[in-house]
Amino acid sequence: MLEIRNLRARAGDKDILQGLDLSVGKGEVHAIMGPNGSGKSTLAHVLAGRPGYEVTGGSVSYRGQDLLALSPEERAREGVFLAFQYPVEIPGVSNVYFLKAALNAMRVHRGEPELDALDFLSLVKEKAKLVEMDEALVKRPVNVGFSGGEKKRNEIFQMAVLEPSLAVLDETDSGLDIDALRIVASGVNRLRGDERAMIVVTHYQRLLNYIVPDFVHVLVDGRIVRSGGKEMAHELEEKGYVWLEKEPAASGASS
Amino acid sequence: MTSVAAETDVLRQAFARLEEGRAEPSWLRDARARAMGRFVERGFPSPRDEAWRHTPIGPIVRTRWEPAEGSPRLSRPELRALIPGGFRGAEAVMVGGRLSNELSRLDSGQAGVAVRSLADVIGREPGLVEPHLGRLTDGEASVFADLNTAFATDGVVVVVDSGVVVAEPIHVVHLAAPGSDSPEVSFPRVLVLAGRGSQCRVVETYTGNAEGSHLTLAVTEVEVADNALVDHYRLQRESAQAFHVGTLAARLGRDSRFANRSFNLGAAVSRTDIEVRFEGEGGDCALDGLFMVDGERTSDTHTRIDHARPHCSSRELYKGVLDGGSRGVFHGVVLVRPGAQKTDAVQMNRNLLLSRRALVHSVPQLEILADDVKCRHGSTTGQIDPAALFYLRSRGLDEAEARSLLTWAFASDLVDGLEVEPLRKALLGHIQEYLSGSGIVREVLA
Repeated sequence: MLEIRNLRARAGDKDILQGLDLSVGKGEVHAIMGPNGSGKSTLAHVLAGRPGYEVTGGSVSYRGQDLLALSPEERAREGVFLAFQYPVEIPGVSNVYFLKAALNAMRVHRGEPELDALDFLSLVKEKAKLVEMDEALVKRPVNVGFSGGEKKRNEIFQMAVLEPSLAVLDETDSGLDIDALRIVASGVNRLRGDERAMIVVTHYQRLLNYIVPDFVHVLVDGRIVRSGGKEMAHELEEKGYVWLEKEPAASGASS
Repeated sequence: MTSVAAETDVLRQAFARLEEGRAEPSWLRDARARAMGRFVERGFPSPRDEAWRHTPIGPIVRTRWEPAEGSPRLSRPELRALIPGGFRGAEAVMVGGRLSNELSRLDSGQAGVAVRSLADVIGREPGLVEPHLGRLTDGEASVFADLNTAFATDGVVVVVDSGVVVAEPIHVVHLAAPGSDSPEVSFPRVLVLAGRGSQCRVVETYTGNAEGSHLTLAVTEVEVADNALVDHYRLQRESAQAFHVGTLAARLGRDSRFANRSFNLGAAVSRTDIEVRFEGEGGDCALDGLFMVDGERTSDTHTRIDHARPHCSSRELYKGVLDGGSRGVFHGVVLVRPGAQKTDAVQMNRNLLLSRRALVHSVPQLEILADDVKCRHGSTTGQIDPAALFYLRSRGLDEAEARSLLTWAFASDLVDGLEVEPLRKALLGHIQEYLSGSGIVREVLA
């Protein structure tokens, strides 16, 4: 589904990704861990197409096409979803309208008819249950006045509605208390499926107790230095990242 | 100066003609003569005049404006189509500065509130307006307000009796519908007298059709008696060829409240001066505004809040949205006079630039002459937040759509939750047009 080869990217004059390789297959959940400043969020943003990063080398192939050649909205319509670490507040625009516009943009792109208000509302009701989203929140302006936990839940709710093929979760656990974490993680788990790949970017092993990944990769200085199974997360929690920072680059896990 | 004489000639002659035909009480004739005298003496403001430095009034000064006299060439349904619909209370419609009986519905059926023609009141009951008309502008406002005082033949007088709560918003419409091909100027005049403990909402709409150039020189005076409450709205949506210079002056009695929310969406050049004076303790004033301009248009708002008494509070929030090569000005003064202790004032100005060519002059000012007050002010001008733009695009919205949506998000707090539904509806239509309504914007603003 996703093949990242020798990816290099910079922000301003700072090289961040320095030859990253990663291969993600259908239905797999990959965790990307690493210390602050290792390039985890940059990877997430580069995959979603955030302006401000310059890709200086390498390639990203997503379902056979050159992902880097697509605009952010084209990537979204092709099924790439980024759950933001810092979701944005949009006053005056309700979650429902926003999501309906987003979903219909994708449906039109796929040559499917747009959903009308009624069909959409019943879909929203069903998906809101997944993340235990209060219906009042669904109707409120996007993220305005939401707590940190509600914002993150809203991200997963959006993901549930948009049903992406590739979901990238950028530090979805940061700033969550244990109850919020449990709800968010259970929402994510219910969205796992054979046709959907996920990349879970996190600084803490804690999230991976709830979202159990198929593969764990450690990112240091813009390169994956170690890859392994889910048990590696526990090892990292015990030993920290420092011992890995001297290791030579390892190639990403493939399936 | 010959240039000033030439610029003022046309209006001076028109004034002389008008005076001959007028049979008005001497106090009014005197007030008009004083105002005209000030205009003749001072002429139009020059670019060196600090208060007008950023307002491109060149086209106003250079044009030989004739007071609108003839009847408009539009039919009644055509005129009606220019007026935002849905108002159920009293509605006074002025066409070219004269009240139109055919288009107006002055009697709302509620006792204790009167909406009348100013000419009618001056003719039959001048004593009703004598203590008030021009009280807030005589000698204190711009020469444009003086011109209004000199020329305004008709207008609207709203009188709310003590203790009366007016159920429906009162709608006052100023229609600029030129009756000739020569440039016309109209002088809409409004006087609102809110009695002790009364409560009312007044919506003023300035609108017009697109043909011909037009100048509107408007003056509204609002007297809010002790413990009274006036919510005043001002929607300026004149045609893109029009010039608009408006003055709104309010004085607040003890424990009274005055709120004005102004929407400046139309006109080539729009200038609004808002002056509020606290004349009793415990007054409360909220001034908000939103302007949206594009092309080469200019919107300019000057506010001045005079905290002349202690224990009064004022809040200001002005927002501007600018596209193309448009210009915006916000100049706000909060004056806290000596002895006006416990004043609580906040003044904010925020602007959103949608284009690199757009430009805003923002001058928030506090002049504090008392020592036990709480005042703050601030001003921000920026572009669409790239992080927010990316967020929307990452959900599949294209860039133009995302920008429209974020522009709406910026302006929405001054529109959402408006209690006057017909006004909100009219605004949504304008904003949608401004954002050249993509699918989601249409839906969100529906």
